[in-house]
Amino acid sequence: MADLDMLENVEPLLVAESLSKSYGRIAACRDVSFSLYPGEVLAIVGESGSGKSTLLQILSGQLTPSAGHVSYRMRDGITRDLTTLGEAERRFLFRTDWGFVHQDPAQGLRMAVSAGANVGERLMAVGWNHYGRIRETASDWLGRVEIDVARIDDAPRTYSGGMRQRLQIARNLVTEPRLVFMDEPTGGLDVSVQARLLDLVRSLVAELHLAVIIVTHDLAVARLLSHRVMVMKDGRVIETGLTDQVLDDPREPYTQLLVSSILPP
Amino acid sequence: MNAPAYNFAYLDEQTKRMIRRAILKAIAIPGYQVPFASREMPMPYGWGTGGVQVTAAILGPQDVLKVIDQGSDDTTNAISIRKFFAKTAGVATTTATIDATVIQTRHRIPETALHENQVLVYQVPIPEPLRFLEPRETETRRMHALAEYGLMHVKLYEDIARFGHIATAYAYPVKVNARYVMDPSPTPKFDNPKMDNSPALQLFGAGREKRIYAIPPYTQVVSLDFEDHPFEPYRFNAPCALCAAENSYLDEIVTDDKGGRMFVCSDTDYCEGRQAAGHHGSLSAAPYKEKAGSHG
Amino acid sequence: MYVAVKGGERAIENAHRLLAHARRGDQSVAEISLDQISEQLGLAVDRVMSEGSLYDRELAALAIKQARGDLIEAIFLVRAFRATLPRFGAGEPVDTGAMRVRRRVSATFKDIPGGQILGPTFDYTHRLLDPALAEGFVPEAPAAAEASTAPTPRVTDILGRDGLIEPSPQAEDGASVGDLTREPLNFPADRDLRLQNLARGDEGFLLAMGYSTQRGYGRNHPFVGEIRFGEVEVELFAEDVGFAVPLGSIELTECQMVNQFKGSATEAPCFTRGYGLAFGQSERKTMSMALVDRALRARELGEEALAPAQDEEFVMSHSDNVQATGFVEHLKLPHYVDFQSELGLLRKLRQEFAKAFAEANTPDAMKEAAE
Repeated sequence: MADLDMLENVEPLLVAESLSKSYGRIAACRDVSFSLYPGEVLAIVGESGSGKSTLLQILSGQLTPSAGHVSYRMRDGITRDLTTLGEAERRFLFRTDWGFVHQDPAQGLRMAVSAGANVGERLMAVGWNHYGRIRETASDWLGRVEIDVARIDDAPRTYSGGMRQRLQIARNLVTEPRLVFMDEPTGGLDVSVQARLLDLVRSLVAELHLAVIIVTHDLAVARLLSHRVMVMKDGRVIETGLTDQVLDDPREPYTQLLVSSILPP
Repeated sequence: MNAPAYNFAYLDEQTKRMIRRAILKAIAIPGYQVPFASREMPMPYGWGTGGVQVTAAILGPQDVLKVIDQGSDDTTNAISIRKFFAKTAGVATTTATIDATVIQTRHRIPETALHENQVLVYQVPIPEPLRFLEPRETETRRMHALAEYGLMHVKLYEDIARFGHIATAYAYPVKVNARYVMDPSPTPKFDNPKMDNSPALQLFGAGREKRIYAIPPYTQVVSLDFEDHPFEPYRFNAPCALCAAENSYLDEIVTDDKGGRMFVCSDTDYCEGRQAAGHHGSLSAAPYKEKAGSHG
Repeated sequence: MYVAVKGGERAIENAHRLLAHARRGDQSVAEISLDQISEQLGLAVDRVMSEGSLYDRELAALAIKQARGDLIEAIFLVRAFRATLPRFGAGEPVDTGAMRVRRRVSATFKDIPGGQILGPTFDYTHRLLDPALAEGFVPEAPAAAEASTAPTPRVTDILGRDGLIEPSPQAEDGASVGDLTREPLNFPADRDLRLQNLARGDEGFLLAMGYSTQRGYGRNHPFVGEIRFGEVEVELFAEDVGFAVPLGSIELTECQMVNQFKGSATEAPCFTRGYGLAFGQSERKTMSMALVDRALRARELGEEALAPAQDEEFVMSHSDNVQATGFVEHLKLPHYVDFQSELGLLRKLRQEFAKAFAEANTPDAMKEAAE
């Protein structure tokens, strides 16, 4: 795990304050607050219906909260409330300084377009205009996510689930974002494929000093990847703290229940 | 029944005013597609109603009108449109590019260089350059507003990855005034360079899709490409068989059913002008025979 | 020697003369009159008026004659004519509740105030070709009775009185009605533009879209609340006299569909609506229009919009048959210049492919040839 002592004098990258979201009488999310630091991995765990996916949508600016704020420290050092960003700024942020890895890679990729174009698109969107260099950078990234470079011209339609997910990660990381959101990135993958993917994510996170907010129902994923964990139930954060502490010594009965239901490997 | 009486150039003044406002807005924002309330015209949608409405809105009694289709004054649709304006506006018409003040065209830009007192009106079927990448109008409007043209470049990248070349031969997308990506209408990419820094005013009318756009005179127009795969205009590599022109776009004429071919200027006025000035092609030579794998 | 093709103008003139000749057909056969078309092919006239967006039976009949029976061509003629007409005002909304009904049926109730009036309909005929109609057929006089003065309230108003059906969507006070012929269509479209678009939309297209909803592509459980056909008064508000002045009457068909009910946390559940309206006796059109109108309200009613009939941009961009036929048929225009550039590109790519293929397969042979 990264050395957290170094983070003491650094400003947070993302701050959530009293976030709430209701749909009519249903409260999907209630009063969630936390700060995220550069290079820090935060896991949001809970079962379905806990509100974790809604929370992720709010944090990544895709859903407006009914109450509360999300602030992000931009590349120029200035902290902005997400709701004050214009649509152009938000879309730009989403394509450059942020990444979003979907559970279903088909949602985060252009399935009918080659892997090279998928990875190169963000570069082209920020003005890269040299085919050779775009292709080279794309090849480089395919290598880093352990996809055979010979497949660069194949469309992800021809890829396996694990490969598609790794491609999605490459597509997100090519602009060197500082914050990546992940929504159940290992969902639907075979166990051995999951393990390989998690290893890859762990090394990339460390190498690139990425901050990550990862939503998962799988505590093993949280344990492997995150520094801190937030446990959600019925829209509320019921327990939060350093991952090892929370998972080894859960305080809340619900957390104890979750932890005890992990099947031994 | 009352026999209808038509206004000068067919459209009523209110409609002309509406179209002119759209044209002015288009000129103020080069390359931006301005929505307008296109009228039903006496020719079908898809057959030039946009171009006809633009021409009708700007035509004055002193104008001299030229109408071409595929570069020729004598193709059926060009004749039909020219007769329409002769009947409803009574303006003088011409086939000589140099004498025209308004030129309405389908799919070609004249070879003869245009000058400052001319307006070129293009007939446009699909104004949206991103249409075949993204069918939704709501989404493409947003992409233009935010200058998000990554998808266009993805298409060009894919072409090179698949074919080794950008595989667009006509309606080749351009960037206008360094801001909007625009579809030049289905002119062959050979004609793209003529749009750049032209002394003439270029107006584009899409009747069925209800859009007008414009390139004001002396505006920068750049064809999209990659640094290492630069834009190349394509032209069949031979002189015109009738006038020996080396730099005009050529039509391929099939002369027999054994592969016989002949290549002739698409711009009939240009070709006739050169012939009248004494230039002659190799018409006495046998027609070009297509051989496998041996094209220029 | 090759001479560039000329004479397009002559060719067009000759083509027009040939067309006029073909249109008239065998001159020993009696010429068809506009009255005959209007009286005996009345449903064709109704369709041309509806999709041409112009109520004038004589003009529609002329268009059908000029178009040699091609109804979309006739609709095009009427639309083009309509575009030249000056506009001097907007009529008051017609009151279909006050319609002098000639036909009025409901599938939702067995009997309704004012009764189920079958009127002139094909519905229960047996579709057997009848040679007796070929010539000299004189129909029996229809049954006659004292005209009923019983009111014929709308079935949807009856349901509405008990709050069982959502109220008909109302515009805000003072809001202007959009005009599809004066402003280009923008998405998302409001109800006024949507209904205008559907009212002039192609009957076949809307029929297919409506049919698709019944087969599961966006099912909305429709019932025919009411179909009524008859005459309504058209009125124009005259500024100088300060009241609405009647201009005359027109024939309309109106269809109200009663659809899938919905509710929310704050509202009790009720039925929803679809609406269709057309000139003349146009039941297929108004029923299809009502099905599609309801389908296009999917997002407004909080339903998942997955089916083609629920896709606003798809349906409304392709419903106008004048635009559709123009663009489809424009493919007949010369495209040889663009085709030429495609040919050029294709030949180049084939050349490169052949070269790469040859190099990949006979490297030694190539080497030898080079030497």
